[in-house]
Amino acid sequence: MRFVDEFRDRKIARDLGAEIARLARPGRQYKFMEVCGGHTHTIYKHGIEDYLPQNVTLVHGPGCPVCVIPMGRIDDAMFIARQPGVTLTCFGDMMRVPGGSGSFLDASAGGADVRMVYSPLDALRVAQRNPDRHVVFMAIGFETTAPSTALTLLRAAADNASNFSVFCNHVTIVPAIKAILDSPDLRLDGFLGPGHVSTVIGCRPYQFIAQEFARPVVVAGFEPLDVLDSVRLLLKQLEEGRCEVENQYTRVVPWDGNAKAIEVIRRTMELRPHFEWRGLGFISQSALRLREEFARFDAERIFRLPGVRVADPKACQCGEVLKGVLKPWECKVFGTACTPETPIGTCMVSSEGACAAYYNFGRFSRERMQEVVR
Amino acid sequence: MTARPEREQEVLDRIESFRRRKASLREERVTMAHGAGGKATQTLIQAVFLEAFRNPLLEPLEDQAVFALNGSRLACTTDSFVVSPLFFPGGDVGDLAVNGTVNDLAVAGARPLYLTAGFILEEGFATADLERIAGSMARAAAEAGVQIVTGDTKVVQRGKADGCFINTSGIGVIESGIRLGATRVKPGDAILVSGPIGDHGITIMLARGELDLVSDIRSDTAPLHGLVDSLLGATGEVRCMRDATRGGVATILNEIAAAAGVSMVVDENAVPVRAEVRGACEILGIDPLYVACEGRMVVFVAGDSAGEALRALQSHPLGRGAAVIGSVREDPPGLVLLKTQFGGTRIVDMLVGDPLPRIC
Repeated sequence: MRFVDEFRDRKIARDLGAEIARLARPGRQYKFMEVCGGHTHTIYKHGIEDYLPQNVTLVHGPGCPVCVIPMGRIDDAMFIARQPGVTLTCFGDMMRVPGGSGSFLDASAGGADVRMVYSPLDALRVAQRNPDRHVVFMAIGFETTAPSTALTLLRAAADNASNFSVFCNHVTIVPAIKAILDSPDLRLDGFLGPGHVSTVIGCRPYQFIAQEFARPVVVAGFEPLDVLDSVRLLLKQLEEGRCEVENQYTRVVPWDGNAKAIEVIRRTMELRPHFEWRGLGFISQSALRLREEFARFDAERIFRLPGVRVADPKACQCGEVLKGVLKPWECKVFGTACTPETPIGTCMVSSEGACAAYYNFGRFSRERMQEVVR
Repeated sequence: MTARPEREQEVLDRIESFRRRKASLREERVTMAHGAGGKATQTLIQAVFLEAFRNPLLEPLEDQAVFALNGSRLACTTDSFVVSPLFFPGGDVGDLAVNGTVNDLAVAGARPLYLTAGFILEEGFATADLERIAGSMARAAAEAGVQIVTGDTKVVQRGKADGCFINTSGIGVIESGIRLGATRVKPGDAILVSGPIGDHGITIMLARGELDLVSDIRSDTAPLHGLVDSLLGATGEVRCMRDATRGGVATILNEIAAAAGVSMVVDENAVPVRAEVRGACEILGIDPLYVACEGRMVVFVAGDSAGEALRALQSHPLGRGAAVIGSVREDPPGLVLLKTQFGGTRIVDMLVGDPLPRIC
């Protein structure tokens, strides 16, 4: 298939694997974090780690937007969904994420009208087709999805929509990366930068990582060859003693980002003083809320939300797992209080999170799998 | 293999003991995940239905029960059809309802004989649509050589059903000498599929019109008894067949790997998927291995009969796109591994519920 197979070529993969093995110094351990959940998915789906030498490991970062939503916010959304005459709309993979009292699937089973949409504009369309219902869009995601929420708000304002609102849970990527970098026992050697977020914000916002924290960043695409190539570029920087922000995903990411997209976000949303991240706790200026001018579309102002914070149990050590300090099985609640059926932290919520993957398949080491396949 | 630290092994052992516990239903209410054919469905069936109805015929949880009666071996199955939309490119709920039950009989090696049909109709449903559905059921039954010999009709108030739900049950006879079943699958066996996978599931998703994607892809709904006949006529070494409906090929592989206590290795490059289906799956972020088919089966045959089986399938119009996709191994029991197109390795697990489109 065109525009897909070119980026999955085995021969090029083998060449990149060989170059990576040559660049990785024997006796040194390299840990690179892929910040974005989309990368985690690519790595898992294509078995990319099979091309990496033993001493190069990828650490799955905090960039899975559905996994970082704290339980209290999901409970708030469930509260909205249970109000009479309300339809809650959300992206597909949000449906299964559990809050303090179940997931949207459970809310739907309990009689709430919860519908999956593919874009916030679809949610607005649901509102226009159902004038007798108030339709709320559960907005989640990083700067990647925020512009489409922003455009939907502008459209709703232009159409004078009276039965549509947004429950805004958009988060921003840089403060999350900073929270990880601020850790005194950080064990990461570099970052695969989030490709799709960067189509919006560009590459400049990551410069502090290279300058203040002396870790190289390569903004990476989402095809398997993109990921391997980006690992190669990180190793090359380390080998040459450079430490900078590089853009591997040039076919999509402009260095300065997308000014129009940033402008629509700025027109409709502003930074919150602080926001809670599942597994990482409160991070200041890490999320967006609607501006005063859009108050009539703001579900947080329309509904009297319980806003009850469901604390992550103290023993949850997601932060440490994310930073690469702990392995999943070393976390105090792993496999007891925290399981894929009753996940506590972000690493267990997504099936591709480090802890969920280890829970399901940790008994099979990569070597064992390769033995079976041979 | 490198030894694991003691504490890590303790944690893994604890997880294993959780895994072996009896299935228990945690949810207070049935959710859509319970109907998706994955882990949640299995838990529901085991915790509620198997607990209540337990008997030796039900216990293997095959898609049909096989029993002897006056010297004949019979297969018996039932299935309900709640598809939306009712009419879609390549078929409708009517031929789906006939083919689905015919196929559950056929893959047990049975010649389908008689079907029943139960209808639950919503008040206000257009009689012209009902006639159209009955017409396609009649055509599908004629094609499969079965008769619909008894039925039932119920009408519920508007809003209590979605247009038209159909249940069909079927009975078929198994020629002597045919012995099939998940537990007969052995290391060394070859795994085949009878054609490109995922056509039906993607057709339905696109037909719902929510994706604004347009394609000429059509459902693969078809009766498989003829294809099964050609296969069983060509080789006596068929171990097990399953039609890959809800949950797709991946779910079947997992079910059989668990039932037979074997592992499986599948080569992604060998799995036939139409470009349109692959494209839609790439856009939605779902894996064609989990997408439903309604006229495709997964076949396990002894390794040295794989060529024969493949030729037999390919010589039938419904099996032209058949392929050998992998093989059965011994260890570790229950594990399904995929050699990816990219050249890596990945575990293919059962899904908890429906494959959901991803935001990232």
